Amino acid sequence: MRRFSWFNATSLTLGFAFLYLPMVILVIYSFNASKLVTVWAGFSTKWYGELLQNDAFLDAAWVTVKVAVMSSTLATVLGTIAAIVMIRAGRFYGRTLFSGMIYAPLVMPEVITGLSLLLLFIGIGLDRGVLTIVLAHTTFSMCYVSVVVSSRLVSFDQSLEEAALDLGCSPFQAFRLVTLPIIAPAVISGWLLAFTLSLDDLVIASFTAGPSATTLPMKIWSSVRLGVSPEINALSTLMIAVVTLGVISASIISKRGAVKQQREEQAAERAEAE
Amino acid sequence: MPQDVFAPWTDPNEKPIIQFQNVTKRFGDFTAIDDLTIDIYEREFFALLGPSGCGKTTMMRMLAGFETPTEGTILLSGQDIAPVPPNKRAVNMMFQSYALFPHLSIWDNIAFGLRRDKRPKDEVSQRVEEMLRLTRLEKFARRKPHQISGGQRQRVALARSLAKAPKLLLLDEPLGALDKKLRQETQFELMDIQEKTGTTFVIVTHDQEEAMTVASRVAVMDHGKIIQVATPADIYEAPNSTYVADFIGDVNLIRGKATGKDGDRLRIAWAEGQPEIVGTPNREFANGDTVHFAIRPEKVAISSEKPDSPNAIPGKVHDIAYLGNISTYHVELAGGQIIKAQTANNRRISRRSFTWEDNVWLSFTDTAGVLLET
Repeated sequence: MRRFSWFNATSLTLGFAFLYLPMVILVIYSFNASKLVTVWAGFSTKWYGELLQNDAFLDAAWVTVKVAVMSSTLATVLGTIAAIVMIRAGRFYGRTLFSGMIYAPLVMPEVITGLSLLLLFIGIGLDRGVLTIVLAHTTFSMCYVSVVVSSRLVSFDQSLEEAALDLGCSPFQAFRLVTLPIIAPAVISGWLLAFTLSLDDLVIASFTAGPSATTLPMKIWSSVRLGVSPEINALSTLMIAVVTLGVISASIISKRGAVKQQREEQAAERAEAE
Repeated sequence: MPQDVFAPWTDPNEKPIIQFQNVTKRFGDFTAIDDLTIDIYEREFFALLGPSGCGKTTMMRMLAGFETPTEGTILLSGQDIAPVPPNKRAVNMMFQSYALFPHLSIWDNIAFGLRRDKRPKDEVSQRVEEMLRLTRLEKFARRKPHQISGGQRQRVALARSLAKAPKLLLLDEPLGALDKKLRQETQFELMDIQEKTGTTFVIVTHDQEEAMTVASRVAVMDHGKIIQVATPADIYEAPNSTYVADFIGDVNLIRGKATGKDGDRLRIAWAEGQPEIVGTPNREFANGDTVHFAIRPEKVAISSEKPDSPNAIPGKVHDIAYLGNISTYHVELAGGQIIKAQTANNRRISRRSFTWEDNVWLSFTDTAGVLLET
């Protein structure tokens, strides 16, 4: 093993501090007993209790969860379909342009996505509310789903689906009974990714939300403008927890299956050799 | 000879189960199958043999329903199968990659096709148990495909494709992924299962030994055409072209000209200063026609004295390939041509009579070789 030099240790510490120190401070101050954000007055969980009494926050949280569940589900369906079509279609004229267009929203500035959607919703006379946020979130998060699912589909053996057809499945049954269960880990982690993306989006939600629907990030943003309260810290800590959980489980779900399978395959080969 | 030799292709009253009638398949500019006509009979073990890209896999995929012919018709039991989708055909396929469903147990893999037919539960489980017994997989029923070895996976794939008792089973390079020893064992197992179930098997392979071992008839293919269809013995002993002779086994090919006939024997001049070869043609050659004389190495005898034989040619041992059970001598003739002669090593090697650079005589009877036009 290579020696761990002082230089490496220092740069690693600095790098992580840069990334996570602000969040650590936020989490610590969420347990502050004092009402003043910058003065430490002992450990307390009272702000979490107070948060649960705050109807405005709870309403916003409910809206956020609703939007996240609906948009990530919709995005998963559309993103999976897009991935399957792009993998199956093979080579055709304009394929690169086509797949580029699926992934373009990944790098599109959010302000522009938000603005264009706002103009669209006004243009077609759709009242802004939960529905419009759901649609807006679906448009950008389905790209992420499609990236995750197509990376799994690349290694999917096409003959599995042919075998299903050969054994008497209709094309839809073949998809439901064979393809979907096999790519399920990728679909689930795509859903979790879309869910967390929707959960912490502020910009696009601000453009597409109406007075009737306020998401949690929007609520936090507007309250912070009146001053940071320990309640906000507590809320943010909870959000960090949810998002972290989502991202970690997404990556575990997609990796664990592969690792387990590899281990068991090796075990089977060993058993045969003996 | 027993009376009941299995040879339905010689019986004009027998109805073929599969008929390819002038089938052509094109992919863009590429012609994979070129105006192909062939009949395959019930209970046959039919091998499609050829190098990669010869169209054998395309033929199989057309039977399974994954490809449709560009021209011509394919009949299964007398019915045109072009409009029938793969899931409605009484044809099952064993895939080269096995294509076992990784999320299902061995039991569920085998039951998969039966369940699609909405058969009653106890009938399904009865049939699955039967298949597990047939392929000796009872112990592994609850395992997942990645928890068993390659040879076991191959048997699961076979059990799954046989479970629905198809009229026709297609096997796409079924033994390609197994090592040599396991492959040979499995070949006999396949033949056994084919006999027990009475299913018609069509196997695609590029391994000529495999085709010869398992098949009742072999079709040798090249560039989308069938060059010859015959029993393994006929393919080997009576190839219809130098392509088939060369593709199946080892062969010496000598090119010459017909010079005259002695009764049913034909004389062939093939090199300046060498005695003419005498062979038995099974078709007419006019004087001056080009003749390819094909003879298998094991039909060429090697000796130190000039033997009393219709064909005897002197040469010098150029190389010896010792393979344990047999030795192949590469003998260089006066004109520089190399002829291979094979002898069984029924003596210990220390008593071998020839070695490098020895002057020897090659000889063969006047019926040992085949005379080919092309």
